Amino acid sequence: MLAFLVTALVKIVVVFGCLMLAVAYMTWVERKVVGDIQVRLGPNRVGPFGLLQPIADGIKLLCKEDLVPRGADRVIFLLAPALSLTPALISFAVIPFGDTTTLFGLLSTPLDMRITDINVGVLYIFAVSSLGVYGIVLAGWSSNSKYALLGGLRSSAQMISYELSMGLSIIGVVMWAGSLSLVDIVRAQGRVWFIVPQILGFCIFFCCALAETNRAPFDLPEAETELVAGFHVEYSSMKFAMFFMAEYANMITASALATTLFLGGWRGPWLPPVVWFLLKVFAFLYVFIWLRATLPRFRYDQLMAFGWKRLLPLALLNLALTGALMVWWS
Amino acid sequence: MEVVLFAVLAFVAILAALLVVAHRHPVYSALSLVVTMLCIAFLFLLLRSEFLWVIQITVYAGAVMVLFLFVIMLLDLRREERPWHLPEGRLQVGLGVLLALALLAELAVVAVAVRAPASAGAFPPAVVAARGNAQLLGRLLYTEYVLPFELTSVILLVAIVGAIVMAKKRFE
Repeated sequence: MLAFLVTALVKIVVVFGCLMLAVAYMTWVERKVVGDIQVRLGPNRVGPFGLLQPIADGIKLLCKEDLVPRGADRVIFLLAPALSLTPALISFAVIPFGDTTTLFGLLSTPLDMRITDINVGVLYIFAVSSLGVYGIVLAGWSSNSKYALLGGLRSSAQMISYELSMGLSIIGVVMWAGSLSLVDIVRAQGRVWFIVPQILGFCIFFCCALAETNRAPFDLPEAETELVAGFHVEYSSMKFAMFFMAEYANMITASALATTLFLGGWRGPWLPPVVWFLLKVFAFLYVFIWLRATLPRFRYDQLMAFGWKRLLPLALLNLALTGALMVWWS
Repeated sequence: MEVVLFAVLAFVAILAALLVVAHRHPVYSALSLVVTMLCIAFLFLLLRSEFLWVIQITVYAGAVMVLFLFVIMLLDLRREERPWHLPEGRLQVGLGVLLALALLAELAVVAVAVRAPASAGAFPPAVVAARGNAQLLGRLLYTEYVLPFELTSVILLVAIVGAIVMAKKRFE
């Protein structure tokens, strides 16, 4: 019991630390990559290659004045950033980073490279991410500002709409693997990664992941040109930073989930499993940033039509095709 | 351990349920309902049914309550925010008390008369753990309970069609 608690705690602390560091440095990567695409230099003053920029930004945000607008609902206004960040972080609990490890022979019994494996892992991530909407909706409402309210409402409508197609798009993977556990899903991809039989499901999943994380070209909730900055316009200091961190943590979770479901998770030749996992996740994150730098934003009606009239029927078609393929295969 | 967890969850669930009724502000009422839903979800987890746990969170605490909040915010119910007082109508109070007493009586009858069976049912925790509870539930839904299951989906379909018809009418 004690050993279990200690290993679990150590794993949680390590994963949490790495995740927070990754979130901080994603901002640096994003600014560098977008700068490169736009033929600029990006951050380059703080430390070598601007590597200390995220830390400088963090200190700056911590020292900023913490404002609560007049007429705001104080309790909910304070609660909203936490409600946004917590789900983004706890969904990482079921992501497998590798099979097992002995830490280069340091441990006598192999250690699982994940915090936990529950038999409904995929659904757990969906359940937790469906709670993430609250942070955004409540932030928009409690700010007592029309831009924030519009941003919050847009975002909740968008997230609810795309959650549906996202859920349907992964059922194909679950059908092939015959399990909802993420570890079993990775194990089932021994011969071929699920991106091959599930290419349509993968495309739908990726579009939905972009919309779920409120990233360009689906970043309507924070469309600067029309809504100033959307749901977090009234937030300052660390509370603003928490929304920012939640967005990046969600991006990392979505990439990790895509890797696990479609790209064989930690599987790959020659390199150690964790390295493969991180490489694949980084490739997804790069695409996220790349899309942001290249694609213009959708209009709101286009976004809704795309979600309900294109992605949802396609996801259902994918389901039927997968079923037919599985019957034909066996 | 489990008893303590159950006690805490039950207490929070009831407290939040009371707040749903007692709180003056509709948004806080809705949020209290979310807390109640979450507590119920974790009661499912205590019963080792992980599948119902996540579905309860996704469907009730997630989707349904977000839509509730959505509607509350769109309607701007701030006018509803007023000091709490007893409703004026005699009939209203009388009927309310009567219904509350009936519900209480029902609960009491269930608590006294219904006893848990002494022997384990067809699906004790060991069987469920071995065969996976999502798998078992799915099999049961599509074999033994397929008729009620399909009927429920037809009812939902009817509700969707009804909602669309009512929404369309307003535009014409």
